[in-house]
Amino acid sequence: MTVPAPVITASSLTKKYKDFVAVDGISFEVAPGESFGLLGPNGAGKSTTMRMVGAVSTRTSGDLSILGLDPNQHGPSIRSQLGVVPQADNLDTELRVRDNLLVYGRYFGLSRSHIATRADELLEFAQLSDRSKAKIDDLSGGMKRRLTIARALINDPRILLLDEPTTGLDPQARHILWDRLFRLKEQGTTLVLTTHYMDEAEQLCDRLVVVDKGTIMAEGAPAALIREHSSREVLEVRFGSERNATAADELAGIGDRLEVLPDRILIYATSGEEALVELTRRGLEPITSLVRRSSLEDVFLKLTGRTLVE
Amino acid sequence: MTSTITPSTRSEAGLRSLYAGNARAVVGRGLLATRSTNWAIILTGVFEPIFYLLALGLGLGSYITGVTDAQGNVIPYAAFIAPALLAVSAMNGAIYDSTWNVFFKMHFGKLYQGMLATSLGPLDVALGEISLALLRGAAYGTTFLLVMTALGLNLSWTAILALPAILVIAFGFASLGMGITSYLKTFQQMEWVQFVMLPMFLFSATFYPLTVYPEPIQWFIQALPLWHGVELVRGLTTGALTPAMLLHLLYFLVMIAVGLVFTTRRLKALFLD
Repeated sequence: MTVPAPVITASSLTKKYKDFVAVDGISFEVAPGESFGLLGPNGAGKSTTMRMVGAVSTRTSGDLSILGLDPNQHGPSIRSQLGVVPQADNLDTELRVRDNLLVYGRYFGLSRSHIATRADELLEFAQLSDRSKAKIDDLSGGMKRRLTIARALINDPRILLLDEPTTGLDPQARHILWDRLFRLKEQGTTLVLTTHYMDEAEQLCDRLVVVDKGTIMAEGAPAALIREHSSREVLEVRFGSERNATAADELAGIGDRLEVLPDRILIYATSGEEALVELTRRGLEPITSLVRRSSLEDVFLKLTGRTLVE
Repeated sequence: MTSTITPSTRSEAGLRSLYAGNARAVVGRGLLATRSTNWAIILTGVFEPIFYLLALGLGLGSYITGVTDAQGNVIPYAAFIAPALLAVSAMNGAIYDSTWNVFFKMHFGKLYQGMLATSLGPLDVALGEISLALLRGAAYGTTFLLVMTALGLNLSWTAILALPAILVIAFGFASLGMGITSYLKTFQQMEWVQFVMLPMFLFSATFYPLTVYPEPIQWFIQALPLWHGVELVRGLTTGALTPAMLLHLLYFLVMIAVGLVFTTRRLKALFLD
């Protein structure tokens, strides 16, 4: 059995804007059918990386191959095989819902009859069939996002690029969107997405890179990253903002590691319950306490010393 | 299934990376958008030059005598300014579309960002949008030409050639206008366009011959595009043909070429950085 060739290969990929280095020599590969995530805070270089992968931004140095082609030379050929969901919706507000799909298909040079059939399938998929004649401004945020995803699928792309697909959506709309993306993943579409939400990365990504300040901090499957960089459980305790720092001294020795944040203390331990028992035995009485499983947020915190969403 | 794609046979490093030969998709989008949202705005622009023609050409013009064409034949004042207003209507149609509409799409609709994420290239977008501006200029011009015919202001059969002439004029203004608009970032800056257009309209030998100016000002006016448009169309509708008209035409052909290259480069710089 041969390993399938990667659909995206980046090595030492770098993008500079004058003096500012947005992406600083990152390397990664994405296999066909894989769901790959770029996780990082705002300004980490995620969107710039996505724009280079989307063949709409030229790299300053390094190598990049999308579907076997160099985007510097073959931008239009590559873009014809990609679906792009940008960070901010850029639907055509002068056109109605279904017309948005029809017109977008024409940009790829597809035939009208092919697009018409495909548009109806995609409206069904995006749960927007009953809104096909609606104006864009009358759609909710979640509907606009689903329409943007439907639009990105009009050309049956080999790779779907999603830049922060659920930022700004309410929890219900996020779950509907995740469900749709999960279906695409099941159908074998290669997904590349950026996010600063841990739960999103854990739900959707087979594998991810943690990006900060233009460089890759860690790479792996979500569960493996947590295993490698964090403990199994986390005990979160709050003593009130004034007592947090002094209480931290008295917590020494409990769990594997402590993280003191302005509003709370995180105690990394194999068993959160046991840590809480020990804490109570020492006579400490937190205002609130919470035992939870370790998440990618903790991985990020350990690697960079900062929280993801500030 | 392999995981690579076959590149098109021509090298994409050159023209292929800028042009997918699909400007018609951009035009199609524009027509659909116009049909559904802003046809009323387009209609209003038709009337402006007609009002000028009625007020200045027929009203004020009844007091003006001794007007001659390029060959010295006496003609009515209205027949003197009507071709100038025709050139202006073509210019206005092209400029409205390539400045205000393009400005909105660039900064608020993010339309070009979406288009250039597909297999379209910047030249497709530029050609498509410019064609739309040109269509609008042509529609204004054709309407005005019909009004001129109805009022008996087309003095020669060559007036029919004014139709292709205004297409060329609209193309020139649209292609340069879109490139210039790409530099403008605020509504205040957009006012500058108006600040340039109005004096150009008033002083480009529109309402009186160029010879009223001292020589240095004549040179300045002759450097501006509208004067060439006015002289070209005036020659055709009055029938006073001169060899200089070929130069006017050449001026616009150069303007079109420069505008297209300029606009394509700007779109590439803005959206494919």
